[in-house]
Amino acid sequence: MPQILKVGMADLNIAFCPDILTTIGLGSCVGITLYDKVNKIGGLAHIMLPSSKDIKNNSNKAKFADTAIEILLEIMTEKGADKKHIVCKLAGGAQMFALKNGPSSNMLNIGPRNVAAAKSVLEKLKMPIVAEDTGGNFGRTIELYTETGELLVKTIGHGVKII
Amino acid sequence: MVDIDGLNSFEIDVLREIGNIGAGNAATALAEMLSKRVNMHVPEVKIVDFKNVPEILGGAEQPVVGIYLSFTGDVEGSALLVIDEVSAHILIDMMMGRRIDLNRQWNDIDLSALQELGNILTSSYLGALASLTNLYIKPSIPCLAIDMAGAILSVPAVEFGMTGDKVLFIETEFIEGSDNVQVYFFLIPDVQSYDVILKALGVTE
Repeated sequence: MPQILKVGMADLNIAFCPDILTTIGLGSCVGITLYDKVNKIGGLAHIMLPSSKDIKNNSNKAKFADTAIEILLEIMTEKGADKKHIVCKLAGGAQMFALKNGPSSNMLNIGPRNVAAAKSVLEKLKMPIVAEDTGGNFGRTIELYTETGELLVKTIGHGVKII
Repeated sequence: MVDIDGLNSFEIDVLREIGNIGAGNAATALAEMLSKRVNMHVPEVKIVDFKNVPEILGGAEQPVVGIYLSFTGDVEGSALLVIDEVSAHILIDMMMGRRIDLNRQWNDIDLSALQELGNILTSSYLGALASLTNLYIKPSIPCLAIDMAGAILSVPAVEFGMTGDKVLFIETEFIEGSDNVQVYFFLIPDVQSYDVILKALGVTE
């Protein structure tokens, strides 16, 4: 029986075939999955903010797109994954609330900024993004199957899909 | 800069008092809207790791109602009111004078009522803050979303996440007859505004 490993907010973890990595209720946060399709090792990071460089209190490396991806890749390669076999998928990065008037809060569009940051970090590391389900104004729950590399995306009222 | 991880018990007491007065105002407003007697429990001020917040609402995947607004004036920031789905059903049906049905599909009028309810409740808390501090606070029109608790709560978590790993919120339980509803109020002042609020309350020099 495959085990289901939960990844919390501002957290990351890895799993081996046939286990499943999941993170629940992604809003503006982004779920970044790395998957070594040859060694069947998966990694999942649930990031909240684009960059650790903008913030003083940045000790939790899993909170930021830049540091979380680096750490996740490091842990995966330590455990036998090979970077050249790794493909990436992204989900989340929604804008949960859109204020019609009133001051435009920089924080409200943090979702798209998180997605952009994740993409630029992955590009720098030369890891290809093979699928994404990002943006919109709704939450997502994701499950990464380390047996196939498939990513299941569940929503409330916006369907279920596999990317 | 004030870090909520480092608030002392006196500062938490002051915040609890804002919660108390705000919830009192909210209960009065609710009673007027429902034309019913509404009681409440003493609000609880909670400071928890943000990864544990969704559990308080019954799990990250539970649908909840979120009503979000920003405010400007002497202090700036945002506020989020979260109502669990069961409580929201009870409140809407009471407002509409209907029998309570937890499986009812909400229509546009229900959602609009819910938004108005959120507006009144958030204004009650912000009003308490403004009158206790003598600060001018102007709220924006609120915005409604119904989605997974984790996704809704990621909004305050991200804003608090700029400064720490903890979230501060006020939990209030309102009681009308045999029905209890829980509302959770997250006040998220800008980093500078936290100082302004605590100073205005005479908590910090």
